[in-house]
Amino acid sequence: MAEFHLRTPISEETIRKLSAGDLLHISGTVVTARDQGHRRALELAQKGQELPMDLDGLVVFHCGPIAKEIEGRWRIFGAGPTTSARMEIFEAEFIEKTGVKVIIGKGGMGERTTRAMKEHGAVYAAFPGGASVLATKAIREVKGAFWLDLGTPEAMWVFEVEHFGPLLVAIDSYGRNLHRDVYSEASGILEKIVKKIESLDTLG
Amino acid sequence: MRTSIAMQSFFRIRATPRPMEIERKLEDGLVSLMRETSTRLPRDVMNALKSALEGEDSDVAKAQLRALIENSELAAEERIPICQDTGTPSFYLDLGEDFPVRILRPLIETAVRRATEEIPLRPNAVNPLTGRNSGDNTGRFVPILHYDLVQGDELTVRFMPKGGGSANTSRLRMLSPGLGLRGVMKAVVDTVLEAAGKPCPPIIVGVGVGGAEDYAMKMAKKALLGPIDELNPDESVAKLEKMLLSLLNELGIGPMGLGGRTTVLGVKVEWAHRHPASLPVGVVTMCWASRRGMAHFSSDGSYRISMP
Repeated sequence: MAEFHLRTPISEETIRKLSAGDLLHISGTVVTARDQGHRRALELAQKGQELPMDLDGLVVFHCGPIAKEIEGRWRIFGAGPTTSARMEIFEAEFIEKTGVKVIIGKGGMGERTTRAMKEHGAVYAAFPGGASVLATKAIREVKGAFWLDLGTPEAMWVFEVEHFGPLLVAIDSYGRNLHRDVYSEASGILEKIVKKIESLDTLG
Repeated sequence: MRTSIAMQSFFRIRATPRPMEIERKLEDGLVSLMRETSTRLPRDVMNALKSALEGEDSDVAKAQLRALIENSELAAEERIPICQDTGTPSFYLDLGEDFPVRILRPLIETAVRRATEEIPLRPNAVNPLTGRNSGDNTGRFVPILHYDLVQGDELTVRFMPKGGGSANTSRLRMLSPGLGLRGVMKAVVDTVLEAAGKPCPPIIVGVGVGGAEDYAMKMAKKALLGPIDELNPDESVAKLEKMLLSLLNELGIGPMGLGGRTTVLGVKVEWAHRHPASLPVGVVTMCWASRRGMAHFSSDGSYRISMP
């Protein structure tokens, strides 16, 4: 296990140095996207239109923050990760189309994303779910807010972050996936648990 | 005689606070309930996280738990929400038959709008037909209200702002009754395995057995209002909860689905008699940030918040 401090833009060469289990700290530009953000980005890409900003080499954060506009400036009162599995239906194509290098989220992602990360050179980095106060401490500035018509949780927020982390590399660019490994092991254990339940003799 | 009744009611009106005043107190109490609940992790959950930390061997699992504990301490100190997903506002109301305010929805809606602005909370009410977020946590049937009519002149409100991640992994299974209690236990284990890291483990599992297809889920969710450090007073239910807790933690899913001994912090079971043909099992998964709080209102509107 190694520890890395990355600054955006991040190159594919850097990504290929990372292995599942490594810890990351990220500084630079992090852009939020969740269900509707991914959907809109892919719809725009399909029509050949551009996104509000170029995401190549940047970091996408699965996050719907608590954001409030106070005297013309956006303030963030919470910005932890949301469940990444919901974005599985979009992520492979999203990585391919945008060139994003790091996806931050929680709870893990599936096989299609894992394959896309291997092919295009990207990693999935997990931040503890619900640790919204800790995550928010890394945000230095709200640099932009696009697609506010989707509502503040689904809008695309552009954050300048400093030393965001520690993030755990849970999917690397070589096909390793920590959440999948844990799940496969748990599926094996399930059989033993079921046998235990069946052998209980005091139940109706 | 007629005069005396008129005099009595005249004095009664003078003696009790005007409805407007009670309503204002109710609104303040509800906003304060929402603030306390959103920013303070219940003590039983915090204690469970701390003892889980002592029980873990893996560095990854320990790091996750440490972050959750530190995060919750900071949230309480800074009076900001524990998690950015401040949940779907759900209220469980025990409405006394003599409590002077009967129509509570408009008042609760106003309180939710105020809380969203003041705390602030994330607006989480989206119209599923248009995709539009209402922006203030209110909408059609939202906040979600569950009423029980009880004796007395008080109102007790329990608030549970449950997040979407752990809502998505909740399941209803309609079992063949022939599968019995073993089938119920398997349904719970299957649900927690399928949920894996998605609902923000270590989770708390609410189980509703019997009733009907809607009521099983309602019982499962409501069971989560109970403390996880107290056993069910019914011995056979307590035994089931303990067995499930120990079996579920054998799965090894661990904090955030990254492996470890602690997948589940507590299991709460509720049950109702069932139809002979049905064995409904509602399993409601609750993230570690299991926020719950209670407010008691007296008939004059004065209130007391009691945080678990």
